[in-house]
Amino acid sequence: MSDLNNKAPAPEKLPASPAPEAEKKVREPLFHIVKRAGIPRLKAWGIRVVAILLALLLNALIIHWLTGLDPLAVYKSMFDGSFSTSRKFWVLLQNTAMLLCIALAVTPCYKMRFWNLGAEGQVLIGALSSGALMFYVGDKLPSGVLIALMLGAALLSGILWAGFPALFKARFGTNETLFTLMMNYVAIQLVNTMIAIWVPSGSGVLGIMNSRTNNGWLPTVFGQKYALNIIIVSLLTVFMFIYLKYSKHGYEIAVVGESENTARYIGINVRKVVIRTAALSGCIAGLAGFLLMAGSAHTVSNTIAGGNGFTAVLVSWLAKFNPFVMILTSLLIEFLQKGAGEIAQAFRLSSDIADIATGIILFFIIGCEFFLNYRIMFRHKAQKEGK
Amino acid sequence: MPVPAIELKNITKTFGSIIANKDVSLSASRGEILALLGENGSGKTTLMNMIAGIYYPDSGQIFIDGKEVVIASPKDAFRYKIGMIHQHFKLVDVFSAAENIVLGLNEKERFDIAKVNEKVRTISETYGFEIDPAKKIYEMSVSEKQTVEIIKVLYRGADILILDEPTAVLTPQETRKLFAVLRRMRDAGKAVIIITHKLHEVLALSDKVAVLRKGEYIGTVLTKDTNENQLTEMMVGKKVSLNIDRAEPKDPQDRLTVTALDAVNRDGVKVLDDVSFVARSGEILGIAGIAGSGQRELLEAIAGLQKVGSGSIIYHDPKTGVDEDLRNKTPLEIRDLGVRLSFVPEDRLGMGLVGDMDIVDNMMLRSYSKGRSFFVERRSPKSLAEKIIEQLEVVTPGVSTPVRRLSGGNVQKVLVGREIAAAPTVFMAAYPVRGLDINSSYTIYNLLNAQKESGVAVIFVGEDLDVLLELCDRILVIGSGKVTGIVDGRTATKEEIGLLMTKSDHIEGLHEEGGSANE
Repeated sequence: MSDLNNKAPAPEKLPASPAPEAEKKVREPLFHIVKRAGIPRLKAWGIRVVAILLALLLNALIIHWLTGLDPLAVYKSMFDGSFSTSRKFWVLLQNTAMLLCIALAVTPCYKMRFWNLGAEGQVLIGALSSGALMFYVGDKLPSGVLIALMLGAALLSGILWAGFPALFKARFGTNETLFTLMMNYVAIQLVNTMIAIWVPSGSGVLGIMNSRTNNGWLPTVFGQKYALNIIIVSLLTVFMFIYLKYSKHGYEIAVVGESENTARYIGINVRKVVIRTAALSGCIAGLAGFLLMAGSAHTVSNTIAGGNGFTAVLVSWLAKFNPFVMILTSLLIEFLQKGAGEIAQAFRLSSDIADIATGIILFFIIGCEFFLNYRIMFRHKAQKEGK
Repeated sequence: MPVPAIELKNITKTFGSIIANKDVSLSASRGEILALLGENGSGKTTLMNMIAGIYYPDSGQIFIDGKEVVIASPKDAFRYKIGMIHQHFKLVDVFSAAENIVLGLNEKERFDIAKVNEKVRTISETYGFEIDPAKKIYEMSVSEKQTVEIIKVLYRGADILILDEPTAVLTPQETRKLFAVLRRMRDAGKAVIIITHKLHEVLALSDKVAVLRKGEYIGTVLTKDTNENQLTEMMVGKKVSLNIDRAEPKDPQDRLTVTALDAVNRDGVKVLDDVSFVARSGEILGIAGIAGSGQRELLEAIAGLQKVGSGSIIYHDPKTGVDEDLRNKTPLEIRDLGVRLSFVPEDRLGMGLVGDMDIVDNMMLRSYSKGRSFFVERRSPKSLAEKIIEQLEVVTPGVSTPVRRLSGGNVQKVLVGREIAAAPTVFMAAYPVRGLDINSSYTIYNLLNAQKESGVAVIFVGEDLDVLLELCDRILVIGSGKVTGIVDGRTATKEEIGLLMTKSDHIEGLHEEGGSANE
């Protein structure tokens, strides 16, 4: 992020030194913080590993202190949440793929510094529009045609849901953060309304559609229900990496994100890029909605995105917008969530304790970024170096 | 020998791999003006920021009145009665002078603006400032704002004053006034440290000169024992010829005719007022003026970045002979007309380049959209980057280093190199040597001269009048958005230009953003 007031070429430095305690005896502050010029990759990963180990250690202490359980047993059960059965493993992969897909959707927006908080709604509306087709014409059309129509409807509605706030931002300078956020609620209420119309009983639950005919269901590949979703998202990951890094669009997105002034100076049509990128983002979110609907859930509910529209933002930022790194970050988050659920179940704990554990791990992972960028110089060390 | 008011011993400060200060030792006494001389980027400001508590040294000691101290924050600096006036003012626009002066002070008794005004007036009278304590900052000229900053530190009882390039934004007349004030402070027993890179100011004002070069301390000399040549040598290491070659323009043809151009900024303030001039091929047209007089807006209007009201910007195409009006065209439309316009903007990393991108990707800014491929082509930008690095001697670890990591001079070489590579017919540069050391500055001057000699119409916005007078064929002087004169660069004098710069000064408020024009 650029600080326009800071024109000095030298990197900024945080003065974080406690005030001198003793007036009589002159003392240097205990430590001060110095920006790193760069860090070897191996060392960076070392710091990350240490951060995760520290988080696990702290977690173990807290779990033991609060519950008296054996931390190792708890960690084992956490692992079981994802890996104990092959079904659990496939669910992990499916959920990771969906989270990754939504993260891929928001990434171009965030790279452009367009604060798209509306992925949740864009996914929902994609699922809703494809679900509507399944509801109304689900048994009148051949499955292939139906799937194609559902996909088209999902992509279009996603584009609409993200493009609308972008259009307003480009034309009238509205705030995209609020606008996209509000669009989520519109989508949720739309889903509620449609379900109320579709389910006359008033139960509010649509139920699985076409469960007998499987019409409009994505086909099973390699004998695995979720394999197709995973393959599609994998291809999308490669596409997004290439798009951002090697395409002219990706380059424009980066320029607009880093400096709108430079973009104007160089003759990039900023409005056009903003709208186009948001539309792409919505399109992929719509795809995620379609995959959820046609590939796994086969129903529509207002929790189909399950908060992943927001978690995806974290996935994207943690990976610094690199789609391949996002595979790791989304996998990590899904693994933590599954593990947390398993712990809560296996030990009959409140799910809060699992959330605390997850929170601590994320805190350490994000917090260690600071140590990747800054070095702490302690008093004695600084003096030695000075001599 | 009296104990110096402030003494630095072996101060070292690094930012990542950049050594800003290395083993610097110097001292300033009361009743003395110390000039801290050095080229831009030699570490003067960093060094003073350590005294002011903004940075903390990696190693070394600071003594105040002979006692070792730790200055870990600006608050500590206040306690030791150190006051720094920064280059960029830190004032609240909508507050009055007096309100800004007491802002942040934690006084026990009830706030009484009348008392503050009274005290401000007393300080003003003592040192000869002219200031109205009730005047709002946004109504003030740059020099008035600077006065407020100075009074602010005096009000806090500072007796060690540090001024960072205080004359950069002042006219010669205002500079003279400031110097009188500084002398009075010295006579009142204060230690004054002034950061500058202007030799004549050092000689005119200071008692003692400490010289830094590339972060290293070179030495301290008494002003009365030294001269311009010696100081230059200390500052730049080896003697550099201060002469800029200026060839006679060859076959100058009108390339750009600007007529009666008007423009207002976002706040509705008139920033360009009836501006007319002609830029010719094969000559350098200098633009002089106090900072913020409309120079930026003028260049941006030509480049298609600033909306203009009435008037016209006619480009005479040297190949086809067609005249095109560039008024209110976007940069893209201008390029599509076949106008080869290069522009080195004032804000290099915020407009000319993308700081976090590497040199190759920054080269690509101009060329990426060429061709119909969906993908960008990085091969030719890469070879261009390599060529520029080699020809302009850019110091960089490699072509894939983010430009933000480069020093100011190298950043500018990358930018100017790219703009020249576009083979322009009009080349505009706003403050292209600001923040550059002497050697880099001369590289830029030579590049501008080379452009001129190859028949390009060069427009050069500068702040150093000596350079403008040595480099330019004609100098347009702009004051408050109006052209106050166009003079011949070979015959004009500094005083003449200085007077033109302040000619329309009675119309206040145009110097700074947010001002109001009451015409």
